[in-house]
Amino acid sequence: MDYMIRTEGLVKRYGKVIALDGLDLAVPQATVLGLLGPNGAGKTTAVRILTTLLEADEGIAEVAGLDVRTHPDEVRRRIGLSGQNVAVDEHLTGYENLEMVGRLYHMGRNKSRARARGLLDEFDLSDASDRPAKTYSGGMRRRLDLAAALVAKPDVLFLDEPTTGLDPRSRIQMWETIQELVAVGSTVLLTTQYMEEADRLANDILVVDHGRRIAHGTPDELKTQIGGERVEMVLADNADLAPAHTILAGIAVGEVRVGEQDRSLTAAVTDGARALQQVLLRFADANIHVVDVGLRRPTLDDVFLTLTGHAAEEDVSRADDESKHEPEDARHKEAVR
Amino acid sequence: MSQVALAFADGAVVAKRNLIKIVRVPEILMFTTMSPIMFVLLFGYVFGSSIHLPGVNYREYLIGGIFVQTVVFGAGFTGSGLAEDMTKGIIDRFRSLPMARSAVLLGRTGSDVLYNSISIAVMSITGLLVGWRIRTGVIQAIGGFLLLLLFSYAISWIMGYVGLKVASVQVFQNASFMFIFPVTFVANTFVRGDLLPGPLKTFANWNPVSSVAQATREAFGNTGNLPVPNVWSMRNPVVYSLIWIALILAVFVPLSVRQYERATLKD
Repeated sequence: MDYMIRTEGLVKRYGKVIALDGLDLAVPQATVLGLLGPNGAGKTTAVRILTTLLEADEGIAEVAGLDVRTHPDEVRRRIGLSGQNVAVDEHLTGYENLEMVGRLYHMGRNKSRARARGLLDEFDLSDASDRPAKTYSGGMRRRLDLAAALVAKPDVLFLDEPTTGLDPRSRIQMWETIQELVAVGSTVLLTTQYMEEADRLANDILVVDHGRRIAHGTPDELKTQIGGERVEMVLADNADLAPAHTILAGIAVGEVRVGEQDRSLTAAVTDGARALQQVLLRFADANIHVVDVGLRRPTLDDVFLTLTGHAAEEDVSRADDESKHEPEDARHKEAVR
Repeated sequence: MSQVALAFADGAVVAKRNLIKIVRVPEILMFTTMSPIMFVLLFGYVFGSSIHLPGVNYREYLIGGIFVQTVVFGAGFTGSGLAEDMTKGIIDRFRSLPMARSAVLLGRTGSDVLYNSISIAVMSITGLLVGWRIRTGVIQAIGGFLLLLLFSYAISWIMGYVGLKVASVQVFQNASFMFIFPVTFVANTFVRGDLLPGPLKTFANWNPVSSVAQATREAFGNTGNLPVPNVWSMRNPVVYSLIWIALILAVFVPLSVRQYERATLKD
């Protein structure tokens, strides 16, 4: 099969810190690969290497069959990049930003102008098209940045955490846009910290940690591996923890996690709503009082806990020491705090 | 399109972007116009009140020197602009586009020529108000202005290189002052370079800032009856200045382009 994006044994070190430790990935045409991992996992580093912004220490990186190291210009003609740190000029208007990008793709003046107007319409930015980008909201900047990545209708798109920091409505809009692009043949490499996002958009998910692949599969395969939704119960009485645990263990896939401090129990289940119903019925039979009940989709933490035995959070604290080597991740982390 | 034509076309797009910023952030333009006025008035009246050079009107003599000093300062704009760009996300956009590698630098140095032209125009008007006059013909005067712009263009590439190297506006400003002050003061900008003691005199005589100032004064007819120091650089200031400009460009254009390439590629 011909892959539009491919890496083999990609290694990148920053001094003693290993950002990428032999990463392999392959993305067939018109599909989305979700690169899922916590901060500092090496996602951004992989994107920067594939988009010719960074040189790998070892390994192969190819885009559309072209080696990014030996053919950077041909690669640049075929890619669009929308990164974590929004790459638009804040003093230029939305229109000027897109027109400039078109000119720098050598699309010519008229085509660049028409394309800029078209994209501003498409991304709901027409009203703001003649305002400097620094007056835009975070969501508008993200949309403008994505529009800039699409100016030349590239074959291959790299989206580095495209929805981090977006409000829910903008996030859903962004997802729809990405789905439309793939429907017309674009190949996308998407990095994300959200299991839900990868689940929704990706044909294939690669879970990375410490610059290495720790799991790979379709969203369904991964979910089977880590279990489906989580049932979460908070009890009124400590004494009920043991009987509640027994009931949950009968329904759960895998282990039941118990939080003694807040009297909570969490269990992965398959048929979420039905499982929740059953749990509640049995709790009622056993006269166990609950103060809070929830059904939620697996988070990145659940994925990590299941796959690695440690939470993603631990990696975040570890990544703190490395933050100076990965400015994007560091900047993002500040925003999260 | 040839590679060179492509680089200039891309450079023009980047230059336009830089100029838009100057229009959108009026403080930049204000500073651009205020500082030359300040220089002319400050040096003209502070130094001009106590320094007297026999054979020439000192304030008139001074203007040529201030012209050179101001364009050297103005070239620093290139360095701080590039240093700022390097810290912004837009540089990732540029570097992921199939544009010429030299375009960001060509665009920046190109837009800074316009920036320096504004400075020179403002200085000239201020100079005229305080008694400076062009005592030669139009052609010679234009030649003088062109030499100033060429020199500032060459210095822009040095500043651009440093700006890319340090990639921080603050560090750049501190670093560039260490260069700008000695190079513009140990010269004939404000005093007669040939009257300086020992090694300073040699430095001043062969300092391209001196030769550009000398050439500028000659072009505007501001040398009065001052003796020309008996060194080749001062006797042939235009040729000597052009040699320096060519040398600086030959060294710093490729050096800066390479620095731009490497700046973010490694980390």
